[in-house]
Amino acid sequence: MTSAAQQAGQSARHLGGAPVIRMIDVHKWYGEFHVLRDINLDVARGERIVICGPSGSGKSTLIRCINRLEEYQKGRIIVGDVELTNNIKRIDEVRREVGMVFQHFNLFPHLTILENCTLAPIWVRKIPKKEAEATAMRYLERVKIPEQAHKYPGQLSGGQQQRVAIARSLCMNPKIMLFDEPTSALDPEMVKEVLDTMVSLAMEGMTMLVVTHEMGFARQVADRVIFMDQGQIVEMNTPTEFFSNPQHERTKLFLGQILH
Amino acid sequence: MARTPPVQSPPPDRGDATGSWLYNPAVRGAAYQVALAAAVVLILYEASTNAIENMRRLGIVSGFGFWNAPAGFDINQRLISYSSTYSTYGEAFWVGLLNTLLVASAGIVLATVIGFVVGIARLSRNRIVSFLAACYVEFFRNIPLLLQLYVWYNAVLRALPAPRQSLSTADAVFLNNRGLFVPAPVFGEGSGLLLVAAVLACAAIAVFGRWARRDQDRTGRQHATGLVSLALFAGFMALGWFAAGRPVTFNVPDLRGFNIVGGLQIYPEFVALLLGLSIYTASFIAEIVRAGMLSVSRGQTEAAYSLGLRPGITQRLVIIPQAMRVIVPPLTSQLLNLTKNSSLAVAIGYPDLVQVFMGTVLNQTGQAIECVVITMLVYLLLSLLTSLAMNIYNRRVAIVER
Amino acid sequence: MTTSGKTASAAYLRTTVAPPERPPPLTSGPLAWLRENLLSSPLNVALTLAGLYIVYVLVPPAVRFLLVDAVWTGEDRNACLVSAAGQPVGACWAFVASRLRYFVYGAYPDGQLWRVNLVFALCAAGIVWLLWTRAPRKDLGAIFFFGLFPVAAVVLLYGWPAIGLPHVHTSLWGGVVVTLVVAFAGIVVSLPFGVLLALGRRSRLPLVRLVSVTFIEFWRGVPLITVLIMANTMLPLFLPGNMSPDKLLRPLVGVALFASAYMAEVVRGGLQAIPKGQFEGAASLGLNYWQTTRLVVLPQALRIVIPGIVNTFIGLFKDTSLVSIVGIFDLMRTIEVSLADPRWATPVTAASGYAFAAIFYFVCCFGMSRYSIAMEKRLATGHKRQETDR
Repeated sequence: MTSAAQQAGQSARHLGGAPVIRMIDVHKWYGEFHVLRDINLDVARGERIVICGPSGSGKSTLIRCINRLEEYQKGRIIVGDVELTNNIKRIDEVRREVGMVFQHFNLFPHLTILENCTLAPIWVRKIPKKEAEATAMRYLERVKIPEQAHKYPGQLSGGQQQRVAIARSLCMNPKIMLFDEPTSALDPEMVKEVLDTMVSLAMEGMTMLVVTHEMGFARQVADRVIFMDQGQIVEMNTPTEFFSNPQHERTKLFLGQILH
Repeated sequence: MARTPPVQSPPPDRGDATGSWLYNPAVRGAAYQVALAAAVVLILYEASTNAIENMRRLGIVSGFGFWNAPAGFDINQRLISYSSTYSTYGEAFWVGLLNTLLVASAGIVLATVIGFVVGIARLSRNRIVSFLAACYVEFFRNIPLLLQLYVWYNAVLRALPAPRQSLSTADAVFLNNRGLFVPAPVFGEGSGLLLVAAVLACAAIAVFGRWARRDQDRTGRQHATGLVSLALFAGFMALGWFAAGRPVTFNVPDLRGFNIVGGLQIYPEFVALLLGLSIYTASFIAEIVRAGMLSVSRGQTEAAYSLGLRPGITQRLVIIPQAMRVIVPPLTSQLLNLTKNSSLAVAIGYPDLVQVFMGTVLNQTGQAIECVVITMLVYLLLSLLTSLAMNIYNRRVAIVER
Repeated sequence: MTTSGKTASAAYLRTTVAPPERPPPLTSGPLAWLRENLLSSPLNVALTLAGLYIVYVLVPPAVRFLLVDAVWTGEDRNACLVSAAGQPVGACWAFVASRLRYFVYGAYPDGQLWRVNLVFALCAAGIVWLLWTRAPRKDLGAIFFFGLFPVAAVVLLYGWPAIGLPHVHTSLWGGVVVTLVVAFAGIVVSLPFGVLLALGRRSRLPLVRLVSVTFIEFWRGVPLITVLIMANTMLPLFLPGNMSPDKLLRPLVGVALFASAYMAEVVRGGLQAIPKGQFEGAASLGLNYWQTTRLVVLPQALRIVIPGIVNTFIGLFKDTSLVSIVGIFDLMRTIEVSLADPRWATPVTAASGYAFAAIFYFVCCFGMSRYSIAMEKRLATGHKRQETDR
């Protein structure tokens, strides 16, 4: 763990005035199944949060509520100064400012890498094509694959595809990035290249919510680690405390299982 | 569409010293092929000598001499001039072929439209709509097309009133058991100007479309291309219409005595065949459309939404282009099926290629081989052209994919 | 919530577990379902109303015609005339009932009907044996259905005076019997022939490939009705002069050739789905081409394409109705002929006859397609299990 990263994390948290995401008493049901229970979470600007927990604990559902890929039945979620309601305009407003990276990349297979990156800026932000392409190339360079710009997603490796997916989100210039298990569909040798990209993004002060089991990443960049179980936030702490001194039985059990 | 994997070439023959040549795969392969060739040649030889012998016995003179002989029978629906008094069998062939193409192309349009509407309705979140669409699909595709044609022709259209009691709209459109009568356009002097206007309108739409795309590339502004195109077309046509002094008049059908006079008569055979073919084929197309839309994973929609794309644009730019790749090949084969199924016309007396040429002409001339061969060649040609086009499409899509 | 964490500070520990609660009212249950699926937006409400209107327009008249106002008994047309019944008349089932024997057996002689019934029973037994997934000894079932049964059926239906079964000429066969004979002949010939063609199309021998491809593409390129007309007019020409093939045999040949081409393409799909490793594995065990094909490839490929085979058979079953156009008395033709009977001439006779045919075909085809879908699901789960096993 670099002390620089830790430092950046601390300062970012202290920087934050009003939280950029507020989740207040959020509950969600799938039919009769209570999948999110009593979620209260404030995220400060520039804060990096890692969410972990056993499968089915509701961690993906939680971050998918933030850009309203999932509806919730009770509670409030406020992103920036927009409260999510059923109003389509507000949902659009939030989605424009919140980027998301998926487990299975979800690149558009019929479009080139460059077109993947320019689609939303052109049609949502109404940016001229040249400009959108220039921005896209800049981000593709940042994720270190500018030479693949004119290929199709199917021609790239998983790691490259995931980096493109990150670049594609960044092209919309989001204020918040959500990562839904970004490395769990990757072959082991490709995990690092994606994590490196995410670390450098964190260094620049992006607000990030990351669902992942990469505990090294959590130690390195997270300001807070959240452990979820049965749809609830069970424990939340700084990475140092969280890993060295877990409080809850379930947390201990979980860490015991994945840290070997 | 799956493709045949590359054929594995036989291993190089190393002249096994101990083994007999009987166990040499190359020799065996050659033997199989020689045997097959011999069998095919034998069958063809037997069939042709038998045919020659039989025809000699029956006094049939083979050849295409009948092509230019006078036909002497009437065909009610014809797209080119034809009359029993002066036309030849050759002309009857063209009349039949054009009738096949007419009902097939009308059917292709109608079936595609119904199929897409039902297929999308099948995916509706509204349970009543999706259930009705499912009922449509299951009902129409599990009943033979021939039965459906009989129902349309014998039970529905025959049950319509006689001309005296026609169902009519505004005294211009009449529906009765002799068919549908609509005003026939009569193109007077200056009608050509309308054609010019239409061509100009299309050109203008193309120019506008290009400009709109360029302008979006340059400035990011989006344009309502569809609306503008519609307006352009309407404007140009109106301009042409008045500039030419309203050149087109309509010959309105009229009830006189016991029949309808004038107008354009659309025969019940055509209507029954068109309805039957379209509704039947649409039930298959609907399933293809549904499968195509479902083949695009939910993740694609979610990725587009999370980028802030609205549902309409997501459908247009992300979902439909991907679904179309899955839809187009089986859709084409269904449309080809529709074209081939139009030969069921013979059952209800619509004068298509099979009814005219393989039916009447064959029976009148007795030239079975010639009529059958020509008719089959026409359908084969259509099939081959279609699969050629499909192969080209698949290759293009495949390259883009990987 | 008392258990809420103070989320602004870094550390939080949940002390009491939040128990699962029931969802708030109107977010689950039938009312929520209604709102979600039928009334979620103005457009959705409009669609719901339109859908209900379509149901209202179609269903009550159909029920009234088929059941409520239907005439179930009667001797002749008088039973189904409006004047006689004194009320609107629906389907004239009395007509169907009086003609049912003709629809099922055609003109097959009265004393010999047991032969047809026996064939029906054997056919049903064979189908159950083959299609019921838990039936034992499928291999014997296949030999029975594709080997013994066809011979038995021909002997029973056509007759063999030597064993006391008098000849019944095919011109007396009719109705459902003929429909089934045509469909069955199609499947019995097309399955083995289709397998051969599919293997031929993937052969490494160029001439074999050429012949197979030409054969398959030819029959797939032309409409069935042209094939039937060809069989009717040209088959006698191609055979030696004194041989005039039976009138029923001609369309059977046409249907069988036509179906083989389609079956070949279905089987080819299955062959392509067999991974290359299977061929390599078989080769490494020292199996030759025919052993590999018979023992390794076909058992797997045919299992995969069972749904495709059933679907092809559904198409074939519907297509058998086309033989009525070339003068064969299948179910379709017997109904058409009966409609012209003046003793039953009423305004509803045609509709009743067609409704009967539609119900017959629909029940058969829909049943088969459900079976095929169920098989597809079974196969899909079977594959998944294989994948997770690895």
